[in-house]
Amino acid sequence: MRELWELYRTFFTIGALTFGGGYAMLPMLERELVEKHQWVTQEEILNYFAIGQCTPGVIAVNTATFVGFKRRRVIGGITTTLGVISPSIIIITVIAMLLSNFMDIVWVQHAFAGIRVAVCALILASVVKLFKSNVKRWWHWPLAFAAFLTVSFGLSPVWVVAATAVLGLLLGRKVNLHA
Amino acid sequence: MPELLILCLEFFKTGLFAVGGGLATLPFLMTMQQTYGWFSAADLANMIAVSESTPGPIGVNMATYVGFAHGGIVSALVSTLSLVFPSVVIICLIAGVLEKFQKNKPVQDAFAVIRPAVTGLIAAAGLSVARIALLHEGQSGLGMFNWVAIALFAVIFAATQWKPLKKLHPVVFIAAGAVFGVLLSM
Repeated sequence: MRELWELYRTFFTIGALTFGGGYAMLPMLERELVEKHQWVTQEEILNYFAIGQCTPGVIAVNTATFVGFKRRRVIGGITTTLGVISPSIIIITVIAMLLSNFMDIVWVQHAFAGIRVAVCALILASVVKLFKSNVKRWWHWPLAFAAFLTVSFGLSPVWVVAATAVLGLLLGRKVNLHA
Repeated sequence: MPELLILCLEFFKTGLFAVGGGLATLPFLMTMQQTYGWFSAADLANMIAVSESTPGPIGVNMATYVGFAHGGIVSALVSTLSLVFPSVVIICLIAGVLEKFQKNKPVQDAFAVIRPAVTGLIAAAGLSVARIALLHEGQSGLGMFNWVAIALFAVIFAATQWKPLKKLHPVVFIAAGAVFGVLLSM
């Protein structure tokens, strides 16, 4: 029960502090899950992102379910998912109820413009960290760069994940990818 | 069919077929708008703006918003829970299988190649956020750079890399962003 509450609380925090959704939650996930609670490793989060990219549903929710399942099976998966969506339900309901013209308030616009810039800087900080720990061997660089380019030019990330999975399966038979 | 059941089925469908996160739900919401008229096209634009700016996953925010427009708090709960239900089921199944096979060599080989590529994907996602945060819309040449935003970006990024501040919780930087946004009238 104690751990379920802890899972709910942690994902509630992550949901409440993730601006921009999806990958923008990476800095929060690193801080809360990898560093603070050590429930998962950074590599596992990347695995979850890769799978979440190819399966239906919101990536943040998929990641939450994965982590919850790892700790406490199905009940854990449900707990973390409810945790990550609770703040949205509360915040959006309040905004929809009270402030139909929320985005027209000038200082709200300024604040959100500033928040977007901060989120951007935090994502860059996370990307730097990710590159340091996951892009180490010479062949990692062209791979990461190719994925970056193709997706920037509009290719669906699903194809990148699928293609690299097949590549890994084929190459793994011939060479040692973990050396 | 009762309206609430239709809402539930529509969002279940969206959760089941929208692959690729947040904004992938948008085409489904547009179809909903045209088919049922629970909200107007202008409402939808407003919903996107609010969902992108407020905390929480965009897809979840949109579902709550549409549900609320449809019929208040009960509908908001129904739409949001229907949206996440399929992914919870699917991910629990995958997580179970993954746990069983994650020590297998082929699975590890696949992920060894996937991970550097996903790092590239995340960099690309970061770039698309940067485009919105640091550039002026609809301008070209030097005029398209939002210099105030770029300067603030540089300062905040430098702060995240600076030893004494490095360990601060990300929310501190977000709060700082909000304060500077207001002070600088961004």
